[in-house]
Amino acid sequence: MSRLASSAANRMLCSCQVCNLVSRKTQLAYPAHCPRCGTLLHFRRPASVARCWALLIAAYILYIPANLLTIMETGSLFSYRSDTIMSGIVHLWKTGSWMIAVIVFIASVTIPLLKLISLTLLLISVQRRSLWRPRERTRLFRLIELVGRWSMLDIYVVTLLAALVQLGAMATVKAGPGAVAFGAVVVLTMFAAMQFDPRLIWDPLQRKDLHD
Amino acid sequence: MADRPAQLIACHYCDLLQREIPLNPGCTASCSRCGAVLYRNATDSIDRTLAYTLAAAVLFAVANTFPIFSIEVQGDRSAINLYGAVASLWDQEMKSIALLVLITAIVMPAVELISMTYLLLPLKFRRVPPGCALFMRTLRYVEPWGMVEVFMLGVLVSLVKLTSSFKVIPGIALWSFGALTLLLAAVASSFSARDVWARLEQGNKERGEP
Ligand SMILES: [Zn+2]
Repeated sequence: MSRLASSAANRMLCSCQVCNLVSRKTQLAYPAHCPRCGTLLHFRRPASVARCWALLIAAYILYIPANLLTIMETGSLFSYRSDTIMSGIVHLWKTGSWMIAVIVFIASVTIPLLKLISLTLLLISVQRRSLWRPRERTRLFRLIELVGRWSMLDIYVVTLLAALVQLGAMATVKAGPGAVAFGAVVVLTMFAAMQFDPRLIWDPLQRKDLHD
Repeated sequence: MADRPAQLIACHYCDLLQREIPLNPGCTASCSRCGAVLYRNATDSIDRTLAYTLAAAVLFAVANTFPIFSIEVQGDRSAINLYGAVASLWDQEMKSIALLVLITAIVMPAVELISMTYLLLPLKFRRVPPGCALFMRTLRYVEPWGMVEVFMLGVLVSLVKLTSSFKVIPGIALWSFGALTLLLAAVASSFSARDVWARLEQGNKERGEP
């Protein structure tokens, strides 16, 4: 790959987010559309940091009820259980399905936490125009883009069980309000990751190159 | 409005401007600064993706009509398919969850398969479908929200949870979902937006349009 060692924006070139075509955008103030696919062109996603913070803070707030409220109620003639995300995992572990417990733990605890913390770190580092390990930070962003969707796992499990196990007094499974909050956290963090513009990580570096 | 510097590509992750180089089939070009994938040379991208898409569409229809699995307790039998599960959650006043599952497991994958077919079928016969830019944009925005593979894992986890208290009978849709997951992965890995755009531009040129 031949290197020009410059960001596209530095040369007033703008890459289309839909079709990847690089085209010149000279008048900063006026909206320009991609000549190939008509998508509105931006050097950087507009208001990326502010929008990402807003979605992330909303996700943090909902993360509390998502973990404290009941996600699933299981009732039968002989027993009744009301599970939060964590107690459900502990129950799975104790009843011997430790493999499933680990999978659910990764999807419902590790991944949402990883997303919340990573996005916070990325946003703070971008706002402080940090020069610290841009390559690793970009990799971190790609990782959360890639794994974020897997936290929907619990939502699907609750849906399937609540729909299938409707046997009246024999056995009934109900989805709890925690599931709604958890679903909202997953969707909000996905939107937050989509709003974040990883090119902002590299911009402080570019400026430095120019001064040198 | 814009002129077009030939064969430049900017990394979507770090905005580094680079020149495109020809690749051997099956190879991937990655950004020299951050390592993100820039583009791939997928062999017969359009033909292969179309074949996988059509096969996936058939399996998607099967997976949505037939029961995923059923449970049996003292002669009572309860079976569900995907749409039934969504409808049941809706009736249990869990409307937001029902909608979330409907969108991520049914609507988005369906939109993806329809858009792919709409774009690739005419392109295979060297025709340019009208409104192709709109469909390419749709594909890009839909892609993160189709979660068939996560749903498949959800099915497996539920299966294990259920076997501890019920007799579980797997249904046809269970196998179809498994195969659908693999086919959608094949669609994603063989699809190359770059090839589609190249074909579209070529088609437009042949019709004498700018
Ligand atoms: Zn890059």
